[in-house]
Amino acid sequence: MRKVKQNDRKAMIRVSDLVTHYGERKILDGLDLTVFEGEILVIMGGSGSGKSTLLNHLLGLLTPTSGTIELLGMDFTHASAGNKQLLRRYMGMAFQNGALFSSMTLAENIQLPMREHTNLPQSTMDILTQMKLEVVNLGGFENLMPSELSGGMIKRAALARAIALDPELLFFDEPSAGLDPIVAAELDQLILRLRDGLQMTMVVVTHELDSAFTIADRIVVLDKGKIVFNGSVEAIRECPHETVVALINRQPQEQNQADSDAFIERLLN
Amino acid sequence: MHTPDYRYYVESYLMNPLIAIEHIGRTVVKGIEELGFATVLLVQAVFWIFVGSFKKQPVRVSAVFLQMMQIGVAAVPIVAILSFAVGIMLAIQGIHTLRVFGAERQVVYGIALSVVREFGPLITGILVAGRTGSALAARIGTMRVSQEVDALKVMGINPVRYLVSPVLVAMLIMLPSLTFLANLAGLFGGAVFSVAELGMSFTAYADRCYSILTTDDLAQGLIKSLVFAVIIALVGVTNGFRVTGGAEGVGRSTTRSVVLSISFIVIADMIFTYFLNR
Repeated sequence: MRKVKQNDRKAMIRVSDLVTHYGERKILDGLDLTVFEGEILVIMGGSGSGKSTLLNHLLGLLTPTSGTIELLGMDFTHASAGNKQLLRRYMGMAFQNGALFSSMTLAENIQLPMREHTNLPQSTMDILTQMKLEVVNLGGFENLMPSELSGGMIKRAALARAIALDPELLFFDEPSAGLDPIVAAELDQLILRLRDGLQMTMVVVTHELDSAFTIADRIVVLDKGKIVFNGSVEAIRECPHETVVALINRQPQEQNQADSDAFIERLLN
Repeated sequence: MHTPDYRYYVESYLMNPLIAIEHIGRTVVKGIEELGFATVLLVQAVFWIFVGSFKKQPVRVSAVFLQMMQIGVAAVPIVAILSFAVGIMLAIQGIHTLRVFGAERQVVYGIALSVVREFGPLITGILVAGRTGSALAARIGTMRVSQEVDALKVMGINPVRYLVSPVLVAMLIMLPSLTFLANLAGLFGGAVFSVAELGMSFTAYADRCYSILTTDDLAQGLIKSLVFAVIIALVGVTNGFRVTGGAEGVGRSTTRSVVLSISFIVIADMIFTYFLNR
């Protein structure tokens, strides 16, 4: 039996000692992370910190060098193709730029996961589609093509497709990037409503501070492939770590601090 | 992508032949890698066609029909027109050549055999490569760039099963069909000119064709069109899946896909013609 975790909460995602490489370069360096049921975990960090890589590993799009990822108590890294397929039915992902299939209408986009994973009749799928679109305030837009939608609508449509099968785990990449502040705030509220209404566990990757502080139950800050902060919104303001301070105060970090030897080596190479 | 500076290459090759050898080596390795990738794609696509339904990932009949419409039915007018034109051209050249021997009426021999054995499949292959090979590379490349392929994977939909298998099936059905149509159009083109030029009747022309052509002649063309179908599908999707570098990358892959598949078709045609006629 696994030891009962704090607050008796179920661990939905458990990452242990994850090491990944991109070619020769090490991206994630022995990462340990647990996400509990019903919480919104926000992953933050600068460009190149490894947050997108972590997300891609959680989604099973990349294979790690070592370490394991457990989703819903099942080993996802070493699962057979059939089990992976089974687990994916319980996962939803809203991509940064939507990744809606451009040759399909909104309704067809949302119905694709239903068609592939269930045997529902068309009429039921139509009703479900309507409901999903109502949830994200896109009711009545089901026959539009993705190219006819605005940026905010695409993000919401992507969300509707991600929740098409009522997943237990929802992943969200940069929900508010490229949106105006009002639409971004609306999207934050939508994410909170979804969590409260459907009890989903969410992992959100973002670098928008306002958005992170609004939706997060817990924030994880990555830097150079390691977790440098893991705690609540209140705790992050008091965290003394320089990367975290720089991140929340929007300070530029001084990079390449006078390593003259390395510089000369690069120059002469 | 910057354009390679050829003068730099030539100069460095002259100074150090090892660089030239390294360059050749890298190109060969890249080519073999790509060939391996294409082979894996082909094996997977065939695997999903046969095993998909047992793994709850069937290749959808509707998707196959959609591809058949786009690859085949939409190409009917252009295939018919071009084959008709080639038929006329063959008749003109044939009559011109045979007039030397005073044997103009034997032109039907040349037209019938060269259209059915060679020009029908070749014209169809080149046309479909231009139309569909490019479209395939562009479609899959764009889907990769906009993360749609990732979205498929996250949904638990195998991209090869969803994007490649239907194309392969549709190609294998439509290319022989189009080739057959091209044969008819080519023969008809030859007939129109021969009738006008030599004053022979349509019925006589058709009778001659019918007695000249054997099942073997027809089969040879159709078998070749099956090979072309695999080439076009595979080159298109391989280039699509290997797109890197955004919209510009998609453009590069599209061009590459057309050039490569037409080259492969012509070369494969030569090889197969050689072996099928031994």
